[in-house]
Amino acid sequence: MTTLMAILIGTFYAAAIYMMLRRSVVKLVIGLILLSNAANLLIFTVAGINRGIPPLIPEGQLVIDGPAADPLAQAVILTSIVIGFGVLAFAVVLIHRACEVVQTDDMNEMKGTD
Amino acid sequence: MDLEVLVALPIIIPLLIGALSLTLLNNHSAQRWLGAIGTAILLISAVWLLVHTLEVGIQVLEVGSWPAPFGIVLVADMLGAIMVLLASTLGFITALYSLKTIRKRFERFGYYPLLHLLLAGVNGAFLTGDIFNLYVWFEVLLVASFALLILGGERAQMEGAIKYVTLNLLSSALFLTAIGLTYGLVGTLNMADIAVKLASLEDQKMVTVIGSLFLIAFAIKAAAFPLFFWLPASYHTPQVAVSAIFAGLLTKVGVYALYRVFTLIFTADTGFTHEVLLWMGVFTMLTGVLGAAAQFEIRRILSFHSISQIGYMMLGLALFTPLALIGGIFYIVHHSVVKSSLFLTSGLIYRLGGSFELKKLGGLYRKHPGLAILFFVPALSLAGVPPLSGFFAKFILIKAGVEVGSWWAIGIALLVGLLTLYSMIKIWNEAFWKATPEPNPPVPAPTRNGLIYFSIGVLAVLTVALGVFAQPMYQIADIAAQQLLNPAVYIEAVLGRTSP
Amino acid sequence: MKPRRFNMRSLILNTGSSLLLPLLVLFSLFLLFRGHDEPGGGFIGGLVAAAAVALKLFSEDYKAARDMLRVHPLQLVGIGLVLATIASFPPLLVGDSFFTAQWWTLDLPVFGEFKLSTPLLFDIGVYLGVIGTVLTVVFTLAEAEHS
Repeated sequence: MTTLMAILIGTFYAAAIYMMLRRSVVKLVIGLILLSNAANLLIFTVAGINRGIPPLIPEGQLVIDGPAADPLAQAVILTSIVIGFGVLAFAVVLIHRACEVVQTDDMNEMKGTD
Repeated sequence: MDLEVLVALPIIIPLLIGALSLTLLNNHSAQRWLGAIGTAILLISAVWLLVHTLEVGIQVLEVGSWPAPFGIVLVADMLGAIMVLLASTLGFITALYSLKTIRKRFERFGYYPLLHLLLAGVNGAFLTGDIFNLYVWFEVLLVASFALLILGGERAQMEGAIKYVTLNLLSSALFLTAIGLTYGLVGTLNMADIAVKLASLEDQKMVTVIGSLFLIAFAIKAAAFPLFFWLPASYHTPQVAVSAIFAGLLTKVGVYALYRVFTLIFTADTGFTHEVLLWMGVFTMLTGVLGAAAQFEIRRILSFHSISQIGYMMLGLALFTPLALIGGIFYIVHHSVVKSSLFLTSGLIYRLGGSFELKKLGGLYRKHPGLAILFFVPALSLAGVPPLSGFFAKFILIKAGVEVGSWWAIGIALLVGLLTLYSMIKIWNEAFWKATPEPNPPVPAPTRNGLIYFSIGVLAVLTVALGVFAQPMYQIADIAAQQLLNPAVYIEAVLGRTSP
Repeated sequence: MKPRRFNMRSLILNTGSSLLLPLLVLFSLFLLFRGHDEPGGGFIGGLVAAAAVALKLFSEDYKAARDMLRVHPLQLVGIGLVLATIASFPPLLVGDSFFTAQWWTLDLPVFGEFKLSTPLLFDIGVYLGVIGTVLTVVFTLAEAEHS
């Protein structure tokens, strides 16, 4: 399973970089989305894939019974999904505005500041 | 009340002030007052934090009473406290400068809340002791900087912003990847705990790989060679006050992260990582200054110099001796003050001369001698002329280089100093000394610029003071460098036990 | 390029949304107050509430959604952030470390036991912040379509 995930994550990274190298701004955004998802999947995988129970301590007990899933990795992924969502929402607005102002979605045309 | 809370204040104050001024979005005068007073309070708390850290050493605040390494900790060591004070000073100065220069249109868009949010993010990054929390603060300051960058909505800003956003998001993703791999290796996110656990790991090759990933991620943020391309594409486009705080702070956050990670966590294979850092630093210095030589727009020249100066800071870390780290920290402080001051001056040049283009400017020395002095002092300081702060920063670094015998790096550092002087003289000659060219660029109606002069003046005085009173600054940097070179102190402060 | 007109008026959506709206808002509040001990909380509640306003935007128009909110969404973010920040102060008064959760139990005559806490305050802050952030983005894009 981990090997499979590793291949999947590698594909994600590769696809993300490929999309970001395209000239279209829209594909750039798709690349960024893929990239943040790839990183999230990576954390998910390296934290260990097991059939643990949800990491909730039952009422009246002090420790959990049985092997549980790692809650920290989930918290980290959740946080980075939220952050990624916010940042990407901003990026979409930005690119929409940029396309309006520059009148093109071709990255090759956007070299006024180089 | 326990004084531990001091560590959280530099984050909480700008957050609270920013939130308050966001609720008062349509009340312009309230926003301005909050901007000035809020950053002043922040400055006071930062001074207090530095003094307190000097007295009692590294301070640790366990947020929410969750003990390290399980909860998030905020840690103020000497380096962190210096950086926070630096950020707060620049925040205060920029807020003062903004009072006169930021138009109502931008205030309605949320300029002041964004400025406070940026400061909160920067201070958070300087104070956190948790690697994932560092990522969160990076994103906070990034989002604020994205929005600040496009205030105005001109074509150049949009084009610059797309490059800035893309490369910074790429760097964030790499950072997150590196965090994920670290977590997979050691199962903890607390930086002190990571340092302990990585050191006891058998497979040190993987550690070096992760270290390199962190290096790339932070080098993008710090605008180091060969990853700096977003900086010259974007830094000259926003409002001048924004440029000033970006140039003074944002790349420094990247440099700070490099300093933190490569003194605390990845110190096992310094033969590899610090060698890479050294060459990155050398080429950063060289490419930055050569890029600047080809430019004729003041803000572009200054942006390229930002890059070249980052090289010196990386050099300090790469040489990795006590003296080199002192020089590096000195350099960070010096450069933030000077570069912000120069960017703010460029704004005043625009207000008084009508242009940023050197070819269209001229004769400013006759018309505005005060402005000429305000430019001249930080410009010479940037180039490293004694007795200003830049001289001591460069001198310490070069002396450290001599001790190690890294002659190539020293030679290039000296050459870059000369070329920096060339660039500064170029601006001086073109904008101030030569006769006013015909036809004159349209000069905006004269306005009262007292507050602007005052804010730039404070920074100019600061760079002189850092040079004249270099000894106390040296001592503070010395304490910071000792703490960096002896991570066991940091680890013990956070985890409450000695490292193996 | 000519911007495409934004038009999704339909009777079904209109009627349906006027029924759904109050339900969605109630549900978001339910999620908000259920949080902490059980699944739910400010973030997900805020998303549901923002979805309610977005539904209004789709079924009627930009102005109606804007009027429904009364304040600028960024101001909501501000209020939310203020609440969340304030939630970090009470522990200092009782001598705990910064941001330590404080719980107070109130006995109300009708509702019975009511737990008041700083995490709840924080969650309400997050709730408002999320509504504000999401709607800022949605409104910005809608405005671009509108003009």
